[in-house]
Amino acid sequence: MADHDISLVAHLLRRAGFGSDRNELEARAAQGYAAALDELLDPLGQPDIDEDLLFRLHPGLYLPNAIESSVHDWVYRMINNPRQLQEKMSLFWHTIFCAGHSKIDHGLEMDVMIAMFREHGMGNFRDLLYRLSTNPGMLYYLDNTESHKVALNENYGRELLELFSMGVGMDDEMNYTEDDVKACARAFTGWNVAPAYPPFPYGRSRWEFRFDPADHDDGEKTFLGETGRWNGDDILDIICRQPATARFISRHLCNFFVADEPPVPSWRLTPPLHPDLVQSLESAYFESGYDITAMLRALFTSETFKSESVRYCKVKSPAEMVVGALRLAGEHREIKPGLFEISIEPKYMGMDLMNPPTVEGWHTGREWIDSGTLVERINFASDLLGNTELPGVRALVDRLKDLGPVLTPEALVDGCLDLVGPLPVHDETREELLAHARRGGDVSHGGNGQDAEFTRRAGEMFQMIASTAEYQFG
Amino acid sequence: MVSTKKDPVLAVLSLSGGNDGLNTVIPRTNGLYWDSRPTLAIAEEQALPITDELGFHPEMGPIKKFWDEGKLAIFLGVGYPNASYSHFRSMDIWHTCEPDAQGTEGWLGRAIKDLDPQSENVLTGVNFGRGLPRALAKDGVPVASVGDLETYGLLTKIAGQDQRAQALDVFGRMYSPAIGRGPVIDYIRSTGTDALKGADILSTAPGKYKSSLEYPKSAVGQYMRNIAQTHLAGFGSRVLFTTSPYNSFDTHANEAVNHAGLLRDVSATVDTFMADLREQQQSDNVLLFMFTEFGRRIMDNGSGTDHGAAGIAFALGEGVQGGIYGEYPSLEPAEQEEGGNLKFNLDFRCVYSGILEDWLGLDPEPIVGGNFERVKFL
Repeated sequence: MADHDISLVAHLLRRAGFGSDRNELEARAAQGYAAALDELLDPLGQPDIDEDLLFRLHPGLYLPNAIESSVHDWVYRMINNPRQLQEKMSLFWHTIFCAGHSKIDHGLEMDVMIAMFREHGMGNFRDLLYRLSTNPGMLYYLDNTESHKVALNENYGRELLELFSMGVGMDDEMNYTEDDVKACARAFTGWNVAPAYPPFPYGRSRWEFRFDPADHDDGEKTFLGETGRWNGDDILDIICRQPATARFISRHLCNFFVADEPPVPSWRLTPPLHPDLVQSLESAYFESGYDITAMLRALFTSETFKSESVRYCKVKSPAEMVVGALRLAGEHREIKPGLFEISIEPKYMGMDLMNPPTVEGWHTGREWIDSGTLVERINFASDLLGNTELPGVRALVDRLKDLGPVLTPEALVDGCLDLVGPLPVHDETREELLAHARRGGDVSHGGNGQDAEFTRRAGEMFQMIASTAEYQFG
Repeated sequence: MVSTKKDPVLAVLSLSGGNDGLNTVIPRTNGLYWDSRPTLAIAEEQALPITDELGFHPEMGPIKKFWDEGKLAIFLGVGYPNASYSHFRSMDIWHTCEPDAQGTEGWLGRAIKDLDPQSENVLTGVNFGRGLPRALAKDGVPVASVGDLETYGLLTKIAGQDQRAQALDVFGRMYSPAIGRGPVIDYIRSTGTDALKGADILSTAPGKYKSSLEYPKSAVGQYMRNIAQTHLAGFGSRVLFTTSPYNSFDTHANEAVNHAGLLRDVSATVDTFMADLREQQQSDNVLLFMFTEFGRRIMDNGSGTDHGAAGIAFALGEGVQGGIYGEYPSLEPAEQEEGGNLKFNLDFRCVYSGILEDWLGLDPEPIVGGNFERVKFL
């Protein structure tokens, strides 16, 4: 029955979360796709992580000052938050609403911004845009703090339209004009950050949003054909009514969750990869009154998302690579030392979390891979999956034993591929894995001294699979 | 005619964290220096004389040797317009040469592309330390990032040499290219093949290396030793980069002790590095460049110094015309950068242009993003 198809449910858990270990995958498959999806779409119905415990054991993560602590906290949540889609959405919004530590230079404010994405990223899009437009880190990152009634800085006004809501154009048309950018920026004058305490010697203090009416340009503005004395609030209302906004956000969701689209700057001239799916998300956006969860439901229940052709078609982002391998191996599922070092791994793989290269975010797809990052990806994942001491890997070895007392090389390879994914590989990859397995011949367990050798062979095979080109996809 | 001239090699050491220029090259006779550094001033007679007005920090004896030999260029007042006081942003600016926009491509990534346009050598550029600094990033330019040369490679945690050799053999065949399975997976396979090739070659470097010299045990010492090993192994690497880790030069507190230790380490490392190359007669084609993302505040804060603007850079090598380039920024309050900082007078892109044109033989303009009058120190 399709609803209980383990490959399909694994696909859902990889995309709508950061994957799972085998136990959870089997439990979710038994529960069925629809029920598993319902839980993912209802984060508040699921338990949260135990923050009290986290902060008691890692006091540095409570109101973190250093950016490294904020990243550490986030990676812990990616691994352990039972509300997996909520955590994935915080990453999604971070890749769209880009702001970075290189400029903000304030670890706590990055933490505050990501926490806002986590809490509100599955709510109402209008509400989310408002929170974004009053987020001190973002206002500073995009220079709205430098935008005044008498001296306009267009940066936030422009990126709000170009990167955060409408996109420059669609269906070969432009979505807005330079005059609209100016009107938008004028409406957001006075949306500022209250003066902060100097950072030394006691460290950074929280920044606060403050609206300064004296610095707000209250004059008449024409924005997207509508004229009035618009403030930022009004602009957000107008933006959210635009079909372009529905299209842009829908397409971003498809790009992130379904299949890699061409780069964003080409979207004006290039139609979406899956136009019907994008359209159904646009409908969900308007019918629900801009509810992001309604869009996600439309996405994950679509036949396009469920089709085999989109499985393993995306190159895993470094965060997905690191967190996915940890979850599969069952490592750092409790609070213990060593996660700080691991939380830097995505950076080594080219994804410096909370510090995207530019406001346009990371280049994804094949651009995650170069000779340096590939070595990091392969070594990280294969070290974990080859470590048969880890509970998740031990569970895989036990499952493998359930296949029978003696495994032929074919059964070993196919069994391992099934257990880590199920991961389909190209014939030539399977042939090489098989050739390797054949050198050791059949492998047995249960007999005298056989278990250690069985475990070693299984671990070695998991390790080899984690090093394949196919494992780079999720 | 066969040229026997060796290709020039650029080694770069990034002193990340913001090295305190005022306590590195000390304006030892300037009263304003004394007034500004009630806690941290270095006594005039302790500073190692460079000129009548300037002196090295007392821990920099080993570097002063190169000054005395005429092999050290000192760049004073280096920076760029509208200083950023954020480590990350300022380092990005030095890496990408883009002070206004956020750039994604590094100057050395572009240089490597020009040195080896077809990426014929996967080791033309090598970084030591994990994660690629943006200086070396450019799409389509393979750069290996080596955490530790002794253990670098793929599938390094497989126990047993035979097992690992077998696994690497399987890996090599799984990634063998020209199968036509789709552009992305084909690309990943060819990248994997490059990575394996690079790792195979690099793994032979420590075995080939013989030296009577001992580097400091610090991270900087070991990274610079790895650079020497890679250079001496003759892989044809042209750009070798490393960073002093942990933003260690960020001396907000207890600077007197910490900064002295950092300079002692760097000086001993540089001295050993040059001696190592000289011992093997392999120093003539190496230029070592050292920089930091910014200098520090003129006034000390009672224990250390906060982020500043203009800083100091060094270039060292047999081909260098030793001397002072740029001017010591004025400490006069009226001539300071806003916030009590040193004003830059030498754009770092002028220094880069000198390195690119006179050392690597490249056209600097497209690499540094403009026409900057190059500093002629080579």
